[in-house]
Amino acid sequence: MGGNRLYRALSTALLATASGLVRAAEEELSEFVPYEKIVPREIEDPAAGFDHLWYEVMVDITIIGVVFALLALYFLYRYRRRSEDEEGSQKPLSRLNIIGWALIPAFVFMADDFFLSANGWQLYDLYRRVPENSLEVKLESAMWTWDYTYPNGVKTYNELRVPAGQPVVLRMTSRDTIHSHFIPDFRIKEDSMPGRVTYLWFYPKEPGEHVVSCAEYCGQLHSRMYGKVIVMPREEFDAWYQAEADKQNIKLTKLGD
Amino acid sequence: MSTLKEWIFTTDHKKVGLLYLIGSLAAFAVAGMSALMMRAELTSMGPTITDNPGDYNTWLYFHGAAMILGFQIPALTGFLANYLVPLQIGAKDVAFPRINALSVWLFYMGIILALLTFVVPDPPDVMWTGYPPYSTITFGNTALYTFTVLLLGFASILGGVNFLTTIAFMRAPGLGWNKLNMFTWCTFAAFILQLIFVPVLGTAVTLISLDKYLGTHFFDPSTGGDVLIYQNLFWFYSHPAVYVILLPFIGIVFDIIATFARNRIFNYKAAVYGGIGGIVLLAGEVWVHHLYVTGMPDWIRVGQMVTTLLISIPVGLLFISLVGTLYKGSISFETPMLYALAVVFLMLIGGLTGIPLAIVSLTLHVSDTYYIPGHFHYVMAVAGTFAIFGGIYYLFPKFSGRMYNEFLGKLGFWITFVGVNVIFFPMMIVGVVVGMPRRYWDYSQFPAAEPYHHWMTAGAGMIAIGFTIVLANWIYGLVAGPKAPGNPWGSRSLEWTTTSPPLDHGNWEEVPKIEEGWGPYEYGTGKA
Ligand code: HEM
Ligand SMILES: [Cu+2]
Repeated sequence: MGGNRLYRALSTALLATASGLVRAAEEELSEFVPYEKIVPREIEDPAAGFDHLWYEVMVDITIIGVVFALLALYFLYRYRRRSEDEEGSQKPLSRLNIIGWALIPAFVFMADDFFLSANGWQLYDLYRRVPENSLEVKLESAMWTWDYTYPNGVKTYNELRVPAGQPVVLRMTSRDTIHSHFIPDFRIKEDSMPGRVTYLWFYPKEPGEHVVSCAEYCGQLHSRMYGKVIVMPREEFDAWYQAEADKQNIKLTKLGD
Repeated sequence: MSTLKEWIFTTDHKKVGLLYLIGSLAAFAVAGMSALMMRAELTSMGPTITDNPGDYNTWLYFHGAAMILGFQIPALTGFLANYLVPLQIGAKDVAFPRINALSVWLFYMGIILALLTFVVPDPPDVMWTGYPPYSTITFGNTALYTFTVLLLGFASILGGVNFLTTIAFMRAPGLGWNKLNMFTWCTFAAFILQLIFVPVLGTAVTLISLDKYLGTHFFDPSTGGDVLIYQNLFWFYSHPAVYVILLPFIGIVFDIIATFARNRIFNYKAAVYGGIGGIVLLAGEVWVHHLYVTGMPDWIRVGQMVTTLLISIPVGLLFISLVGTLYKGSISFETPMLYALAVVFLMLIGGLTGIPLAIVSLTLHVSDTYYIPGHFHYVMAVAGTFAIFGGIYYLFPKFSGRMYNEFLGKLGFWITFVGVNVIFFPMMIVGVVVGMPRRYWDYSQFPAAEPYHHWMTAGAGMIAIGFTIVLANWIYGLVAGPKAPGNPWGSRSLEWTTTSPPLDHGNWEEVPKIEEGWGPYEYGTGKA
C-alpha cells in the first residue's frame, strides 16, 4: 500500500513538472522572437572581437605547442641509443609524484580552459545580442538561392543591399534543406532550415562588397550557392530602397487589378 | 601455407585480424583514390576534371565514409585489436572466436556494399554525415548509406562484446589490470564507447531511410518532425567515434614509443585512469560542438564549449606521458618509431588547432570552412593512418616472420610526412583567412584560395608517391624479406615472447607465466 501511494505521488509530481515544462515551452514559442534585443551605448563589432580573440588563442596554442615540441626534440637528442643493448633508466614514480604529475598539469590546463571559456563566452554574447536599431531582413534559403525580404516588402535574390553604419539582422528559415548563410568578411554564419527560425547579425561599417557563400552541404550546386552583401552609403541605399519599393509595389498592384 | 578456405572460415584471432587488415587497406586504397580525384578537381578554379558536381560529391561521400567506417575503425579495432590483444594478455584466443569470424564477414559485406557506390546508377551523395532533410529528398541512394553503416556498426558491436569479455576474463593468471599494455587498455575503452554509442548511430541512419522510403516524418517539420534531432543523434555517436579511433591509435603509439625508447611509460596510472578514463567519461558530453552554428539554444552551446575545452585535460595527461616516456630512454629510430613520433607531432598540431574549435564564438566563422578538414586530418585522419602504418611495420616481423626494408621504410615515411603537411596546413589557412567553405566542387567566388589549392594538390601527389613506396616495401617484405629474429625490437611485452608468427591456434605451447616483478614496460632492470 505504502509503495502504491509513493508511486502515485511520484507520478503526479512528474506529470505536473512535464505539463509545466510544456506550457513554458509553448509560451516561449508563441512569442516567436528568436533573439534578444539590446540597446548598446556603442555598437561593438563582433568581427573585430573575433580577430582579437583568434589572435589571442593562436598565441596561447603556439606557446603550448612549442614547449611540448622543444621538450620532445631535446629528449630525442639527449637520450638517443648509444649501444645496442642499452636500456632506458627511468625509475618508477613515487606515489606523491604520480599524483603531482597528474593534478598539477590538470589544474594548469583547467585554468587555461576557463580563461578561454570566459573570453569565448563574452564574445559569444556580443554575437548573439542584436542591437536595437538593426535593420531586420528576412531570409529564406532554397536550393540554390538566397531570398531576402526587407521590412517594406522589397525582395531581392542573392544580393543583400544594406546601408553602411547600421547593424543588420537576418531572420532566417529555409524552403527545402539546410543551408548556412556565411559572410567570411563579417566572420559570421548560422544555418537556416525548415521548421525553425534562426538569426545572425553583423555590422557593415564601410561601403563595399562581400561574398556570401553557402556553408552547409546542400547537394549538387552547393558550391555555386553564393551571392553578395553590398554595403552602400546611407543616401544611396535610401534612394535604392525607395525606388525598388515603388518598382515592386507597382507590379503587385497591377497584378491585383 | 593455409588454403583460401582456411582463411575464409578461420576462427583464429590472428587470421581474423589479418583479414581485417586486408579489407581495411583495400578501403583505404579506394578512398585514397577518391581523394586524389578530388584534389585533381580542386587544383584550379572552375570545373577541372569533371563538370558534374555530382561526381565530386560521390567521391567525397565515399572518401569520408570509407576512410572512417571502412579503414580506420576496422584497422584499429579489427586488425590491431584482434592481432595484438590476445597476445598482449597471454590468451590463446578471444572469448568468442566464432562471433569474431561473423564480425569480419559482416565487415566484408559492409565494404562490398560501400563499393557499390561506384556501380549503382544514383550513388549516395549525402556525405558521411547523411544530414536530413537533404538525405531524405535527394535522388541519390540513401539506403546504401543506411545499410553500409548498419552492417559495419553491427560488426563493431559484435567486436565490442567479444573484446570486453576477452580482456576482462581471459588475461593470463597473474596479469593484473595495472600490468596491461596501453594498447589493450585503449582497446578496452574504445569498445566501451562503441557499445554505448553505436546503437544511437544505427537509430539515426535507420530513421532517415524510413523517412525517405516509407514516408515517415521524423525529420520533416511540415508534419511535426524536426531536422535537428538527426544531427544530435548522429554526433552523440560520432563524436565518441573519434575517440574510438583516437584511443587505439594513441595506444599503439604508446607501445611503439616504449619499445623503441626501451623505457617505462611515464606516469602510467595517470595516463590510464586520468587520460583514457577521462576521455571515456567526457566523450558523451561534447557533441554539440558539431552543432555550434545550427541554431541550437545558446545555453547548450556555451555549456558544451566548457565541456569540450575540458577534454584538453585527459588529452594533456596522455601527452605528458607520451613525451615523458622519452625521458631517460634509450631511443632508436627504426621505421615504426618514426611513425609513432610523427603521430605525436601531428596530434600536437591537430589537438591544439582544435582548441579554437571548442570556442563557440570562434566557430561562427571557421565552422564548415576548410579549417575543419585541415584540423581533423591532422588530429585523426593522418595521425590515425600514421599510427596504423607504424603498427603494421611494428608487427610486420611478428605476423610475417620476415623483415621489411628499412631504407624504403624511411624513404616512404619522409615523403608522406612532408606531403601531409603540404596539403593539410594550407587547408587550415585557406579556411580561416579566405573563408572557403568545405565540400565545394568549385570555388570561383574565392579567387584568393587558388594558390593554396596548388600546394594542396602537390601535397596529395607526394602522399600518393609515399604510400606507393610503403606498399611496395610491404609486398617486398612478405615475398622476399630476410627472416626476422623472434624479438627484433628487444621488447618486454608478452606478444614478443612467442614465436613469429605465433602458433596457428593457441599462440603459445603453454600459457605464459606472469612473474611478480614482470611488466610490459619494466625496462632497465637488467633482465632483458
Ligand atoms: C591520405 C590522404 C588524404 C587526402 C589527400 C585527403 C583529402 C581530402 C579532401 C581533399 C577532402 C575534401 C574536403 C572537402 O571538399 O570538403 C577530404 C575530406 C575528408 N577526409 Fe580526407 N584525405 C586523406 C586521408 C583521409 C583519411 C585517412 C581519413 C580518415 C578518417 C580522411 C577522412 C576524411 C573525412 C571524414 C572527410 C570529410 C568528408 C565530408 O566532408 O563529408 N581523409 N579529404
Ligand atoms: Cu546551400
